Amino acid sequence: MSEHREYPFPEIDPDICKGCRLCVAACPTDVLVISPKLNSKGFHYSEYVGQGCIGCGNCFYVCPEPSAVTVYLKGYVPEEEVS
Amino acid sequence: MAQKTVLRKPKGFIDVYKYKPGEEKDRTHYCPGCGHGIIHKLIAEALEDFDIVEKSIVISPVGCSVFAYYYFDTGNLQVAHGRAPAVGTAVSRANPDSVVISYQGDGDLAAIGGNNILQAANRGENMVVVFVNNAIYGMTGGQMAPTTLTGQKTTTTPYGRNPVTDGYPLQMCELISQLTAPVYVTRTSLHDMPGIRKARAAIRKGIQNAMDRKGFSFVEVLSMCPSGWKMEPVQAQDWIRDRMLERFPTGTFRDSSDEAVRIERPVPVMDPEKVKEILGYESLKTSNLKKNPNALFNKVALRVAGFGGQGIMSTGIALANVGMEYGYKVSWLPSYGPEMRGGTANCSVKVQEETIGAAECTEPNMVIAMNQPSLEKFERILVPDGVLMYNSTLIEVEPTRKDLRVYPIPVTGMADALGDTRVQSMVNVGAFAAITGMFDPGEISGLMSSLFGGKSEKVIQLNEEAVRKGYDYVRENFS
Repeated sequence: MSEHREYPFPEIDPDICKGCRLCVAACPTDVLVISPKLNSKGFHYSEYVGQGCIGCGNCFYVCPEPSAVTVYLKGYVPEEEVS
Repeated sequence: MAQKTVLRKPKGFIDVYKYKPGEEKDRTHYCPGCGHGIIHKLIAEALEDFDIVEKSIVISPVGCSVFAYYYFDTGNLQVAHGRAPAVGTAVSRANPDSVVISYQGDGDLAAIGGNNILQAANRGENMVVVFVNNAIYGMTGGQMAPTTLTGQKTTTTPYGRNPVTDGYPLQMCELISQLTAPVYVTRTSLHDMPGIRKARAAIRKGIQNAMDRKGFSFVEVLSMCPSGWKMEPVQAQDWIRDRMLERFPTGTFRDSSDEAVRIERPVPVMDPEKVKEILGYESLKTSNLKKNPNALFNKVALRVAGFGGQGIMSTGIALANVGMEYGYKVSWLPSYGPEMRGGTANCSVKVQEETIGAAECTEPNMVIAMNQPSLEKFERILVPDGVLMYNSTLIEVEPTRKDLRVYPIPVTGMADALGDTRVQSMVNVGAFAAITGMFDPGEISGLMSSLFGGKSEKVIQLNEEAVRKGYDYVRENFS
């Protein structure tokens, strides 16, 4: 997981994403966009714009690809920090 | 359960899809925007949350979700088209503590499996059926399904489904809710987020019912098939909302989950000794074997192979029947394509003194190859020092292996010389008798009348002669 951010936030695996856009349509705050870039399979993958996620989980539940979307919610403790 | 702080790939899924062939073991085979992935995720999440991954058994259907077993980290069975509820019944009865999840599409459940689902529902089998309704046959290229909407264009209804010729879309929830036994019958839809969350709740309730042994739960989910519908995924969600919901309204048709009592069925017999007793195993062990004193083999695992129409199957059946008359344990297992003649065919035959386990001969000690492709294919799987008999009328290239005992026999030529190509199988039987020493050709002739009951005396005589020819050819040329 990358350095940044305030919880909650989604993390989308650009290589697993098949670019179906269901998450973009389902996001209530419009913080997911389709990248102009292509992934290794030739799909324009979905990306988080970096802020504005409210942690509703819509993108996770609408995504048909089991490991493409992960949503880190408020209160999440990264595993390396769990002692 | 504590509030989740992360939503990630549920533990109900296998971490790396190791059973999936090819390189892409980190993703599903589903098309972009396919509803199956969403429904899989809802099931896998429930399995993790309820901590039942280990005791669940997912029954995969035929359809795009035929490979559901690539993904779920549960027990998995992939079953014949439409038969998921029947196999689920067996699993549930044999192991009442397991959580049986039957996963089926509309072609599988509502067409070929229509009777299976009604009977399982009517018996109140303890399972949850997840019925994925996308109004089309997705995997085979978008043909009309029982649930295809009136007017909907598919590859087999290019002008739209017409009730006059094609009937009306089958409403499975409505049908099943007519039955007395089911405890929970509901229809949900993936067309928007509230719909997906309701589908999640319904799947969890159905699984909970199965865990509590409350009986039969039926959860229909209206799902997108963007490829089959020729739409973008988001557009496909809108199509569910605008078109499917009218014929397939969401809602709960039956819910007696709270009142339902735990089902207790007779405990199945699982003790191997008891099963043997019931099956009469002891009587199977008594032998009436008339072993031929000249037998060179006491155990034959034979593969007979060639074109359909070359007497492949009848060679196998004849040998198994003769073996049975001698008191051997025998099995015959055919394998062939859908065509009656001309395709490739082969059969496995076992003739042995002890009880037979598997009927398929994966490591035969004898092969009868009637044509070149069969020789090439089955020569390879013969055990070292095995017997290879082949039809030298049609096969001109010699076998490549040097460790085999090889018997080139002009089977087709000999049969033709007798005036009927169809007696090839009897030439094979005679040659088999000579090579193995297991059967006496005179006795085989005596058995002909029972094998060919109802045929004319002339046919029986011709077959007897063919057996004798095959027997003599081996005796004269190979001893």
